[in-house]
Amino acid sequence: MTQAADAIAADFLFLEGNDRLQLLLEFSEALPELDDRFSDHPELLERVEECQSPVFVSVEGTAANITLHFSAPRESPTTRGFASILFSALSAHSAAEILAISDDFPTRLGLDHIITPLRVRGMRGMLARIKRKTAELISQGG
Amino acid sequence: MDQLAKISEYAHSNVLVTTDWLKQNLGSVIVVESNEDILLYDTGHIPGAVKLDWHTELNHPLRRDYLESAQFAELMNLKGIGREDTVVLYGDRSNWWATYAFWVFKLFGHENVLLLDGGRNKWIAEGGELTKDKPSTASRDYPVVDRHDNQIRAFRDEVLGHIGQPMVDVRSPEEYSGERLHMPDFPNEGATRGGHIPTAASIPWSKSIQQDETFRPLSELENLYFSDTGFDRDSDFIAYCRIGERSSHSWFVLKYLLGVKNVRNYDGSWTEWGNLVGAPIATGSEPGVVV
Repeated sequence: MTQAADAIAADFLFLEGNDRLQLLLEFSEALPELDDRFSDHPELLERVEECQSPVFVSVEGTAANITLHFSAPRESPTTRGFASILFSALSAHSAAEILAISDDFPTRLGLDHIITPLRVRGMRGMLARIKRKTAELISQGG
Repeated sequence: MDQLAKISEYAHSNVLVTTDWLKQNLGSVIVVESNEDILLYDTGHIPGAVKLDWHTELNHPLRRDYLESAQFAELMNLKGIGREDTVVLYGDRSNWWATYAFWVFKLFGHENVLLLDGGRNKWIAEGGELTKDKPSTASRDYPVVDRHDNQIRAFRDEVLGHIGQPMVDVRSPEEYSGERLHMPDFPNEGATRGGHIPTAASIPWSKSIQQDETFRPLSELENLYFSDTGFDRDSDFIAYCRIGERSSHSWFVLKYLLGVKNVRNYDGSWTEWGNLVGAPIATGSEPGVVV
């Protein structure tokens, strides 16, 4: 786990029910806008099929420093919140750190009982795709 | 077709309201938002609306069941809803979860429940006002009333006895055929068998919806549910999906728009049937027979 990922999980677990949702909402509002260059090159983004909403992710950079980009619709704040958590936890970290993060990280946020299982599955899908794309990127010598 | 003219054709046209009607009547009704995305209400909602969380507030915490009578009364008091109040439900995804809440209100016999045709998206598309202000609510002394499961809720043994009579599977075609067996990483909502209940017709719930998320006109719904299936509108119907949420949308269409007298929602749905030892299933795109 990255320090950032641990800190986020601890922040969520510190809070109860509705306050956890409020924190997720704050994350959703903090998701950085997608860089303009992606609108001209949608092929740089991969769709996260596990999510019900149209969510896209891009993994760029080098083994020492990976940068993540996300696109998620404003009318799907839960999905945006998950994307924003993964951005904060993983972006600007090394490939090794990203690959070392537990697949179970979404469950460690303590949201399983207040968000629906389908939603948590979407976040697991995002994480799995980020890890796979990170592995592909460094195997290409990136 | 004009929306009002369209609504007037439905069997129970008085349960569906338009955005214009709601704007004029905001002061005299209790507006309740129920969404698939449970954060959406907090990003902005119809002024005065209270949030109802289908996932955490309508289900029994310990059994796979709905709230008990006292719990429902407590929930209504928390939301500031009285037994005589007129409740207007709306939500995201073409009112998918709003109709689910509608069905639960009816399990408890709440008389005056209306649905906003087109739901949240139509309100927003028309530039309807949104606010982040949450209304302050006070208990309206909602009485503890019995939950009536026998009229609109079907249980597995009743479903078994209903095979061969009108039954609607409202999931996606892939779920109906059995092509999509289960959801990876998802033991809680998966099923050990893929397919559908034998003789059930496949009518995905979203086929009842138009581009602007309002319901299709009566004649189109009649084609979908009666002409295309050969089902007799005077028969009893059962609708099901995965956990009973999408099928409450189709339950609403059958009961209130098409006027089918007896329609029950099988909330056990595929997560129960697809795991039930000995339950017959059919695979492929045809309704099939019991073997």
